[in-house]
Amino acid sequence: MSDKLLYAKTHEWVRVESDPAGGKTATVGLTAFALEMLTDLVHVELPKVGTRVTASQPFGEIESVKAVSDLYSPVDGEVTAANTAIADKLEHLADDPYNAGWFIKIKISNEAGLAKLLDEAAYKKQCEEEQH
Amino acid sequence: MDAQLRHTPLYDWHVAHGGRMVDFAGWAMPVQYTSIIEEHLAIRSAVGMADISHMGRLRFEGPGAAVFLAELLTRRVADLELGQIRYSLVTNDAGGILDDVLVGYYHNSHGQPFFMLVVNASNRKKIVDWVAGHLPKARAEQPGQEIVWTDVSRLWAMFAVQGPKSVELVQPFVEVDLQSMRYYRGEQSLILHPAAERQGCIISRTGYTGEDGFEISLGATIAQGVWEAMMEEGQPLGVVPAGLGARDTLRLEAGMPLYGHELSEEIDPFRAGLGFACHLVGYDFPGRDALLRMQKEPVKLVCIGLEMSGKRAARQGSAIMAGQQKVGEVTSGSYSPTLGKAIAMGYVAPAFAKPGAELHVDVRGSQEPARVVELPFYSRKKKGAQK
Repeated sequence: MSDKLLYAKTHEWVRVESDPAGGKTATVGLTAFALEMLTDLVHVELPKVGTRVTASQPFGEIESVKAVSDLYSPVDGEVTAANTAIADKLEHLADDPYNAGWFIKIKISNEAGLAKLLDEAAYKKQCEEEQH
Repeated sequence: MDAQLRHTPLYDWHVAHGGRMVDFAGWAMPVQYTSIIEEHLAIRSAVGMADISHMGRLRFEGPGAAVFLAELLTRRVADLELGQIRYSLVTNDAGGILDDVLVGYYHNSHGQPFFMLVVNASNRKKIVDWVAGHLPKARAEQPGQEIVWTDVSRLWAMFAVQGPKSVELVQPFVEVDLQSMRYYRGEQSLILHPAAERQGCIISRTGYTGEDGFEISLGATIAQGVWEAMMEEGQPLGVVPAGLGARDTLRLEAGMPLYGHELSEEIDPFRAGLGFACHLVGYDFPGRDALLRMQKEPVKLVCIGLEMSGKRAARQGSAIMAGQQKVGEVTSGSYSPTLGKAIAMGYVAPAFAKPGAELHVDVRGSQEPARVVELPFYSRKKKGAQK
């Protein structure tokens, strides 16, 4: 896990960066813990640029041999980029989940929502609990 | 996980080796150790071992056993040769499928014959109750036609050793000659490894993966020692432990039905394509009259294979569509590791079942193109068949 990231309870990580033009952009991916739990990924479905997303609502889905899981947006906003290239290299997603493995970038429309996300310590604690 | 789940004799081994334990029919079973795809491909190319100790095993002996089983199962039993195994169904009075089973006829180490019924873990209790209901004390104790039956599921572990290198892996462990053992045959054999403490096993050339392989029932107390020895000796062959996840993708590629998916009490054998397992003349069994009637009627739905053109897999319950019309439902679906595409089984009206037919499957709201294909999706190259 990298510091400076925030986390959703649903295992998405969020990197928040200030835009030069003002406002903030969230880069979103799935944590190493979630990828380790999923394994055998075969497909990812990402939203198109321009799609409006809502915190705690699905923005896409990720499919493994066994099952399909929703991907949840950690923030409110609009999708400004989608990393569609990962669809062809899902088996390498777990190699670099916090950089090359990003899913979407969201122009945040409600910064107050960031306060609801977990910091690294809180997320780590949640993962430990889920493992038992 | 629920502390009430049953543990197989290999539970500790699974946990110690990274098995992800899930609740399967009340048992804590490993769904995978590393990756379903890796475990699946290892069985297709080399050999893998799965703990199937959760399977129900009912043993029948005594002079009345053959007739009793013939009057319980849809398939002929009375003419089984020693060492022969048959796939059969247990049907209810309406002809619905209570379970699909293997029935085998063996000699024990004293030369006495017995029948072994292998039933699905999820149906064990139902079948035990069904047997008990059809076998009142008076019948079991009828002079000259006595029947003794035992649910030995908890006393015996069971391994599935599957893959082209199965003979190589298993042969050093058993006394019987495996090379000459035919498909759907089995024998009682001594286990030669010291970990077996001179106990025997029942080994059969059967499986649920579409590959060559064996299923071995052996004493619960020696199971872990023998399993560990096989894992160690099998290292040079590339043996891997395989969980229920790979078992499911393997059987799906092989077009084999799974109870709770393709089979249920609401589904009759003809619809499931299992008419071959119904022998309707001779012994009367529950459901025979209903099946005789159904045999004459046109089938309303048939079991088909589907190949998806996209990556998204259809799953159990997805609607199969022809245009705007729902024509059936998916019963099993997954990504196929061998074929590298999404495949599914399901039931549709016969008019839409022709191989090559272009249909759609509703995958969570989007219509995904799917083509009807012949089952099985995968069949291994048999020896001598390549010429």
